Amino acid sequence: MEFLLAIITGLLYAAGLYMMLRRSLVKLIIGLIIISNGANLLIFLLGRITKGHPPIIPGDSKIFTEIYADPVPQALILTAIVISFGLQSFAIILIKRAYQVVKTDDLDEMNTIEEDYK
Amino acid sequence: MQQLLLYPLLFQLFLSIFLMFFWKKIDAQKIISIVGGFIAVFLSGVLFYTVWNSGIQTVQAASWEAPYGITFVADTLSATLVLLTSIAGLAVSFFSSASVIPARLRFGYFPIYHFLLLGLTGAFLTGDIFNLYVWFEIIIISSFVLITLGGEKAQIEGAVKYFTLNILASIIFLTAIAVLYGLAGSLNMADLATIIPQLENRKLVEVAAILFLVGFGIKSAVFPLYFWLPASYHTPPSAVAAIFGGLLTKVGVYALIRVFTLIFLEDVFLDQILIVIAVLTLFSGAIGSLVQKNVRKIFSYLIICHIGFMIAGLGMGTEIAFAGMVFYLIHDIMVKTNLFMVSGLIYRIKGTNNVRFLGDLYDKFPKLSLLMFIPLLSLIGVPPFSGFWPKVSLITASLNEKNYIILGAIIFGSLLTLIIITRLWANVFWKKGKELTKRDHFLYFQKMTKAKKIQFLVPIIMLAGVSLYIGFGAEHMQQLSNRIASELIDNTQYIEAVIPQNN
Repeated sequence: MEFLLAIITGLLYAAGLYMMLRRSLVKLIIGLIIISNGANLLIFLLGRITKGHPPIIPGDSKIFTEIYADPVPQALILTAIVISFGLQSFAIILIKRAYQVVKTDDLDEMNTIEEDYK
Repeated sequence: MQQLLLYPLLFQLFLSIFLMFFWKKIDAQKIISIVGGFIAVFLSGVLFYTVWNSGIQTVQAASWEAPYGITFVADTLSATLVLLTSIAGLAVSFFSSASVIPARLRFGYFPIYHFLLLGLTGAFLTGDIFNLYVWFEIIIISSFVLITLGGEKAQIEGAVKYFTLNILASIIFLTAIAVLYGLAGSLNMADLATIIPQLENRKLVEVAAILFLVGFGIKSAVFPLYFWLPASYHTPPSAVAAIFGGLLTKVGVYALIRVFTLIFLEDVFLDQILIVIAVLTLFSGAIGSLVQKNVRKIFSYLIICHIGFMIAGLGMGTEIAFAGMVFYLIHDIMVKTNLFMVSGLIYRIKGTNNVRFLGDLYDKFPKLSLLMFIPLLSLIGVPPFSGFWPKVSLITASLNEKNYIILGAIIFGSLLTLIIITRLWANVFWKKGKELTKRDHFLYFQKMTKAKKIQFLVPIIMLAGVSLYIGFGAEHMQQLSNRIASELIDNTQYIEAVIPQNN
């Protein structure tokens, strides 16, 4: 399972970076979304994956008696997902607006030199 | 009174929520923001006073003992930066209320602005690395809104670049946290400081350190990662550029300082990288600034150039170097905030920020020009103004270390700053200006009412006053920086304050 997740994480980072290096604005945002998913998976992976042992102490004992899954990475991922959700929705509105104002989605053409006085 | 250190934080949160109730009443918002600014300065002043007198303050959120809960720590560095944030915040509140046009203010400018200050205060106070990430996100979300508010073409173009690289920086920061958590199994910075030096797997520790360096490096605009800054900082209103220029890159520098003085220590490889970055940042910022024609772009490149001084101090890693670095940080926050406000004032007087069309300012407004001369002189570091003293420490440190490359770079950076500012002065203030056609629907400074003019000038005078105090009261500042430097060198105080049962 770890091996598979490691491969997937690597693929997500690579795909995300590749998309970010394209010239289209939409692909840029898609790249950012993919790469942030990769980061979330990485936290999950590096928090050690433990199957079938929820971090719940059995009623008859005072402490953990066996290995348990670390709940912290999941809390971190949840926070990161919520934050990136907010950022992504802002990003999508921004590119829509940018498309309306600049009338292109080519990043190379977003370099209007500002002459504020004629 | 134990929760004292949360007050500046909670107050900004309260203020931004309170401001939302006055969404359409922008006059009420202006008054609340300014009055709130004064209270925030008072609260952070009290915090600073307490930390100065009785040492590092900590709060464990919800009384969960460190390292399991989220800890808030105010050591002298944090307390100082919180105080500076609220001073700069107050000045920019004033300046926003005078300079930002109502069309922008109507879309929740002030609530978002106070959210930004909340994020900055939180980032300075937190003692938990993941919590730091969350504060960074609050900072960037608010800054995205502020940078796009108004939606002009140039603004949107600048925002796309600003936005992309800042999100990328956050993702890299998150990746670094993932690696660090995988290595150490903790997120509390004081706890990490005790775990990380004992780890066997040094290679992975180095990888985590480099990831932090890249993530924070993008935020603080160091050498190969600074391109977003000059592409975006000249586009928003000057009040927004002032708070960005003064504080947003500095919070990246603060994070670098925290991480590399507390968690990743005594790594020769990293110190070398930091020094190389510092030298290249100084060079590229200064040279980039030489060719610019827009006053705000010149200042943007100077931000990059002067980040180099702080990174140089961090790279050298001796106590004197740290003192110089902290002193420079204090000076830089005040001066850069003021410079962008000055550029806003120039824009209001002339209707442009392009050097080619400017001129005559000294002839027409001699007193104002002298006022604007103060931050410029402080920036160059003409003794006894504030930029001079930290450079003394930095140069002493590089001589002690026999690190002549960094010495050369510091002198080169200062010299080019001098050239750039003198040229700016000659072009903007002394040169015979062209007659410019008057813009329609543009409120010139000359036509403002007296009250509005005062509102415009008060923040500039205020920050110029603080800069003068930093320059002329250098002894106090040096004491403060020496104390911060000794705390940074000896991180046991910090760890002891967060996890008392450590020994």
